[in-house]
Amino acid sequence: MVSDYSQYAWLIPLFPLLAFLALTAMGRQLKELGIYISIVAMLASFIVALLIFVERLGGHVEDYTWDKLSWLQVGDYTLRMGFEVNNLNALMLVIVTLVSLLVNIYSKGYMKGDERIHVFFSYIALFSFSMLGLVISENMLELYIFWELVGVCSFLLVGFWYFKPEAKAAAKKAFIVTRIGDVGLFIGILLLFWYMPGHALDFTSIHNAISSSKIDGTIVTWIAILIFIGAIGKSGQFPLHTWLPDAMEGPTPISALIHAATMVAAGVYLVARTFDIFHASPDALLVVAYVGGFTAIFAATIGIAQNDIKRILAYSTVSQLGYMMMALGIGVSYASGMFHLFTHAFFKALLFLGAGSVIHAVHTQDINEMGGLSRKMKITTWTFAIGTLALSGIFPFAGFWSKDLILSEAYDHNQLLFWVGVIAAFFTAFYMSRLFFLVFMGKPQHHGAHEPHESPASMTTPLIILAVLAVVAGFVNTPFNEWLSHWLTGQDHEESANWTVIILSTLAGLLGIGLGYLMYLKRSIPRDVVSSRAPWLYKLLNRKYYVDEIYDGGVVKPLRGLGYVLELFDVYIVDGIVRLVAFVIVGLGRLGARLQNGQLQTYGVVTLLGMLILALAIAGRRFIHAG
Amino acid sequence: MGSIVTPYLTLAAILFCVGLYGALTKKNGVIVLLSIELMLNAVNLNLVAFSKLGDHPALTGQIFSLFNITIAAAEAAVGIAILITIYRNKGTSDVNEMDSMKR
Repeated sequence: MVSDYSQYAWLIPLFPLLAFLALTAMGRQLKELGIYISIVAMLASFIVALLIFVERLGGHVEDYTWDKLSWLQVGDYTLRMGFEVNNLNALMLVIVTLVSLLVNIYSKGYMKGDERIHVFFSYIALFSFSMLGLVISENMLELYIFWELVGVCSFLLVGFWYFKPEAKAAAKKAFIVTRIGDVGLFIGILLLFWYMPGHALDFTSIHNAISSSKIDGTIVTWIAILIFIGAIGKSGQFPLHTWLPDAMEGPTPISALIHAATMVAAGVYLVARTFDIFHASPDALLVVAYVGGFTAIFAATIGIAQNDIKRILAYSTVSQLGYMMMALGIGVSYASGMFHLFTHAFFKALLFLGAGSVIHAVHTQDINEMGGLSRKMKITTWTFAIGTLALSGIFPFAGFWSKDLILSEAYDHNQLLFWVGVIAAFFTAFYMSRLFFLVFMGKPQHHGAHEPHESPASMTTPLIILAVLAVVAGFVNTPFNEWLSHWLTGQDHEESANWTVIILSTLAGLLGIGLGYLMYLKRSIPRDVVSSRAPWLYKLLNRKYYVDEIYDGGVVKPLRGLGYVLELFDVYIVDGIVRLVAFVIVGLGRLGARLQNGQLQTYGVVTLLGMLILALAIAGRRFIHAG
Repeated sequence: MGSIVTPYLTLAAILFCVGLYGALTKKNGVIVLLSIELMLNAVNLNLVAFSKLGDHPALTGQIFSLFNITIAAAEAAVGIAILITIYRNKGTSDVNEMDSMKR
């Protein structure tokens, strides 16, 4: 069946781009209207994305590729640009446009009163454009361009409140740390360019070349690992995860859109998009799986000991991204990872927007200063509860199904990773219940001058929509009906419900929540049970395993020292030489100026001296010649 | 040649050096002008000596020195005239004061 709507996929990134241009050109004049332009543009994108998605749902639709735009011509080689629509990126398009639309609506309420609100919306529009461009990119280089563009948008939005020094530092950190990964990705693309037959970089050719194994196995492994390094940077995997929690300095809607649902998932999407390469190299897959698994459990343990509501969610994001990477690395197919990305996008965006609603109400981010909000903020509480349950992997919420799929694949292929996943799930449930009980339950704390109140409708509506999705999104792919996996990959999976896995993962989730309940609500286990007996452990977790300190001592300080030494070299040696030259010339000039004193007799003496020197020189020359 | 012309040349050299020394060191403008005359005459002496006693004796040297004397006279006249004007304007004939080109 030929697709009708897919050929119009280029419209999807175009709408936000137009909104961005309009807002940049005359945002100040448009005022309120500019916000609506942005929202309407996103709505249009969402509708087109939805049409494509719905069209592709019905039966088998061919992938649509358009690459008529020749961008660069060098000799015989032509670099083409274009777009491609297949089931994988049709799904991504819907996720990105939907979350972006909801965040746009939410931001209208959240950012109300900010005098740079039009700049904020223009950045969001630019981000949506870049992210959607990334998703429909037809070749690796095009993807890389958009990849960098989303990085820029992330930088701009993290540093949106640039007058806060932490925000400025976080923006720089986000940009520089992801850049380390980007270098890896770029080298990977160069390697790919070098070894691909005909230097083709489009995904179809890559698929063909890899499946007919035209590229040497070692090279494939290297390419895959280099691409994965790019994904590590963008998706906040260990060891480049440090930027993501700091990026929470940005406005909360941004944390929801960029640093939870879409951009950080770009790394997962990248691995899924180039899954052929990974699939051809078991070593690379193993690296992906272990890095993902380690990140999942590593970040989950840090999340337990944090006190900032957004930081807890940030570490949870890192941990869940690790889950997705682990799922991809197990290597059955990219369906499980993408499924978790799909459900995670909804419930994590929901949690972040809920957190934003809380922050909006109480003007603090420290969960120890919150409490008892459930009476004041009914909608936020209920939606947040749904998000918490979904993230904790409790039946029948979305997170349960995706986590279950990952865990059952891990159970079949790698027992170690399975247990890592189960323990991470336990920690996840624990820190989420800790967060929920401390913020919404218990005694209300003193909140300063004003009482907390429910957020405006523009903020609660997205919460409700996302909450509904967080409940139902999981049902597209249950162990009894693996529809999404089949649709994404075109392969049939044996329908198998692994009851061991279901029971163990539910148990882990319930145990975590139960422990959280006992410790933070019922208080039958004292809160400081760990921090009083093993303060070093609490400190270790609270300080995030000292990774930032290690980087600071191991990388930043030595580099800064080197920079200092080089600066000294520059100031005293390079500048010194320049200054010496200038000094000599100036001195000569002064001397000359002193000779020009207007005294005729002085000129005469100088002339005489010059004459004598000339005479002596000629005489000496003659003497030497004669000798 | 050599020995016959040497006394003339020595005298001319001494005259020239005395003139040069005077021209470069004396404060009084009149003395400076006189010293320049001295140098010119040292040159004239050289010309005459070579025209009589040189390798190729010729009248050219003597005629040239006549021209020199004429020009020196004119130069002295102009120089003295300028000096008098300066003296009238500035009330001094000290050459150290004559640096208005610089100031």
